[in-house]
Amino acid sequence: MAGDSLTSGQYIKHHLQNMTYGNHPDHGWIFAHTPEEAKEMGFWAFHVDSLGWSIALALIFFFAFRKVAKNATTGVPSGFQNFVEMIVEFVNSSVRGSFSGRNDIVAPLALTIFAWVFLMNLMDLVPVDWLPMLAQQIGAAFGADPHHVYFKVVPSTDPNVTFGMALGVFWLMLYYSIKIKGVSGFFGELAFQPFGKVGMPANLVLEGVSLISKPVSLALRLFGNMYAGETIFILIALMFSAGWAVGLFGGVLQLGWAIFHILIITLQAFIFMTLTIVYLDMAHQEH
Amino acid sequence: MNINATLIGQSIAFFIFVWFVMKYVWPPLIAALDERKKTIADGLAAAEKGKHEQELAEKAAEKHIKVAKDQAAEILAQAQKRATEIVEEAKGDAREEADGIKKAATAEIDQEVNRAKEHLRQQVASITIAGAEKILKREIDEKAHSDIVDDLIAQI
Repeated sequence: MAGDSLTSGQYIKHHLQNMTYGNHPDHGWIFAHTPEEAKEMGFWAFHVDSLGWSIALALIFFFAFRKVAKNATTGVPSGFQNFVEMIVEFVNSSVRGSFSGRNDIVAPLALTIFAWVFLMNLMDLVPVDWLPMLAQQIGAAFGADPHHVYFKVVPSTDPNVTFGMALGVFWLMLYYSIKIKGVSGFFGELAFQPFGKVGMPANLVLEGVSLISKPVSLALRLFGNMYAGETIFILIALMFSAGWAVGLFGGVLQLGWAIFHILIITLQAFIFMTLTIVYLDMAHQEH
Repeated sequence: MNINATLIGQSIAFFIFVWFVMKYVWPPLIAALDERKKTIADGLAAAEKGKHEQELAEKAAEKHIKVAKDQAAEILAQAQKRATEIVEEAKGDAREEADGIKKAATAEIDQEVNRAKEHLRQQVASITIAGAEKILKREIDEKAHSDIVDDLIAQI
């Protein structure tokens, strides 16, 4: 538990608050001490924990794979190279199955998304109190009030992170749509179907919504799944302070939910990757 | 839960990592995989080829063995034939030689018989003469009647 003086509600809120560094209207660039302060910062604030973990995990992924790529032998692969090759092969076959165009960015993009989202989701399996408590200790060592050190370890439960990636995919979709079909071709795709040229306003509304819904659904699906999963972990963690019998039951529940969650985190990573491939494939298709 | 500049940070990080992966991770891995695929395919093809060649070699060897067997059989047959011939020849020669020896022996025996006969004749003659001499010791002159005696001898 984060602290004995917290109520259950405070505990949950504490766990769902990001560590925020931003430009506060009254105090300038500071770490937010309370959720209210974080809110007052408005847009110009960074979730240090989400960004830090997501970049750290991406670096782990990048250097692990880079090491294998550098020493990749064409002989009999061993150990970690085997594992990496398995993932690469899996991503490659997914791309070949869903993407009909020729674009060298799609396969690396899919690999990055799959591995990165998977690793970010994987942080969900770390018991919910471990890393926040460590962060509180470190914060206290730097002179901060431990109760005001917020720390969220699962980047994919932060909508900023999921929307950040989904918008990245969205820009790529727009870029390749315009590059392949030209501005007029892309506009025609939005305006002249399904009702023909006479129904242009209706077409624009329909196609516009379907276009915007792609990144939104991509981001919200991942965020929703992971946020719900994390909330359940937090609720289970609450049981540990309610006596040994309930705590034991909570332990069993946590184990069960964690095992089930392995499926969810892999599935969400896979869905994000597959939808990215499909969306980019649609961007490459000419009518 | 607030939407803030984290969004921008994450988007930038996203593009940077995608670019890194595209530049430094994906190409070498795919190259290694493709190369291994090719190596394996080549190996399989070589194995197939080797198998085919072995089959051919086995067929050729079988053919050679068959030819050799045929030749051996032929040689054996010829040898047998020749052996029979030699035996036959030897038999003929032996028979001829035996005949010759037999003829020579017969001739010699005939000669001996004749000689013995002559000898016997002369002895009988001399015995007869001796007998007659004894009987006619005094009655006949040997020299005077020698022509009669010779005549007798010739008649024996």
